[in-house]
Amino acid sequence: MIVGKQKPIDDIWEMISGYQKVLVFGCNTCVAVCHQGGNKEAEILASLLRMRATQEGAGIQIKNGGIERQCEHEFFESARDDIEWADAVLSLACGVGVQFIAGKYPAKVALPGLDTLFMGDVQAPGLLTEACQGCGKCILHLTAGICPISRCAKRIMNGPCGGSTKGKCEINKELDCAWQLILDRLEALGRLDEYERVIPVKDWSTERAGGPRKLVMDKEAS
Amino acid sequence: MSAKTNSRLEKILVAGHKAVTSECGPPRGSNPSHIEEKANLIRNHVDAINITDNQTSVTRMCSLAVCIRLKLMGLEPVLQMVTRDRNRIALQSDILGAASYGISNILCLSGDHQSFGDCPTGQNVHDLDSMQLLQTVRLMCDEGKFLGGGDIEHPPKMFSGAAANPFADPYKIRVPRLAKKVACGAQFIQTQCIYNVDKFIDWMGKVCDRGLHEKVFILAGVTPLKSAGMARYMKNRVPGMDVPDEVVKRMAGVSKENQPQEGIDICVETIERLKEVKGVSGFHIMAIEWEEKVPEIVERAGLYPRPQVS
Repeated sequence: MIVGKQKPIDDIWEMISGYQKVLVFGCNTCVAVCHQGGNKEAEILASLLRMRATQEGAGIQIKNGGIERQCEHEFFESARDDIEWADAVLSLACGVGVQFIAGKYPAKVALPGLDTLFMGDVQAPGLLTEACQGCGKCILHLTAGICPISRCAKRIMNGPCGGSTKGKCEINKELDCAWQLILDRLEALGRLDEYERVIPVKDWSTERAGGPRKLVMDKEAS
Repeated sequence: MSAKTNSRLEKILVAGHKAVTSECGPPRGSNPSHIEEKANLIRNHVDAINITDNQTSVTRMCSLAVCIRLKLMGLEPVLQMVTRDRNRIALQSDILGAASYGISNILCLSGDHQSFGDCPTGQNVHDLDSMQLLQTVRLMCDEGKFLGGGDIEHPPKMFSGAAANPFADPYKIRVPRLAKKVACGAQFIQTQCIYNVDKFIDWMGKVCDRGLHEKVFILAGVTPLKSAGMARYMKNRVPGMDVPDEVVKRMAGVSKENQPQEGIDICVETIERLKEVKGVSGFHIMAIEWEEKVPEIVERAGLYPRPQVS
């Protein structure tokens, strides 16, 4: 899923200053899992901002709302009145949701309440880790199911680099070396000899380098 | 085997001599006089001089420009190239530019992560990794092709090298990793600094068991320690470095003013010992900002005068 982190309250406050009616708008799917941008978090953040507005005597009206997903048209129907009311929507979705609102409501200001971080998993309660960068050409079958593009700080395709120490990455002793994980897994699978296969120069044109990407499904599939 | 390039380093190795290389780091400014002085200090004692490429991710004068300077001074540079800062267009372009000045040695590296340097908020590239850069050099030289498939009008001739760290983790793939670099086109190897000689010898034995020493020239890396503090720093703080306790103790066991000499002594003794190790084709002396000591090390290690090749 997509993982994000709420921006510092001071940054959010500065962002909404100057608007009269602000809707704090939750997105109850991905970013609700990390307790940063769901409808519940929208309610809490709206309360904090209302308190601040009272303390500072700022003439801002703040409402909260939310929907299941801010990246698909069909979910917006229930929020029509809230969005109609607001002059600025502080979206707690990932960057996709913020842009979806900006595109869908040309007359409304869409503001990002989160910093979108990565595509990741829930390793343990409260611990989310990056696991995919959407490079557009998956190589996990070559790397024992562990992605060096998203999990190696140098996205090295034929690692590990010389900085791997005791299974950890040179940039951070808390961070597992992806290539150590790959090797451990190859060994556990009895396939360590596959390590000597050289992964060829990558075609990055399916990644960000190739420009914004699009998937067009045929009518029957959609 | 005969040399395929104009590289003096290659010719010396092919002739069966123990090669000696060293390295100089470019300046943090646009004045080239200091690096020229450093190169002149060692010019008669080494066969080639590596020029580092923004080492430890600190912005410096570019390796290629300094290599050109050395070449114009009649010296033999080894162009270090990291994949951190340039994509495949820039890397291939720099290889052609280097070849145009007769630079014949290239060392393919991934480079330290930018978080260690002066631009930790910068982007890293890593379009290729070090092995893929090796493959690219060989493709350009041996097949006269660009990565994009086009023909190179006048292909470069490069003696291509790579780094190997016998001390990095995990140890079990240290020899397979070297085999992989050889398969990608490494013709010479410069190793990480060796302080744990026993472990290096063990690695080298396994290298020879696989016959890799017959496919690639391995230059053993050494760095003289200046102080006990440096020994401790390298042991504890530098990723992938193996400094045994006895080396730290030996450095700490002499007075502070005698520590530099002790460090040189250890370095010379290491070379003496490694000279006898099967598969060691030469030495890479990395005297970090201590180039003036390279001649003494080379002479005391019995590696002077340097052989002449044509």
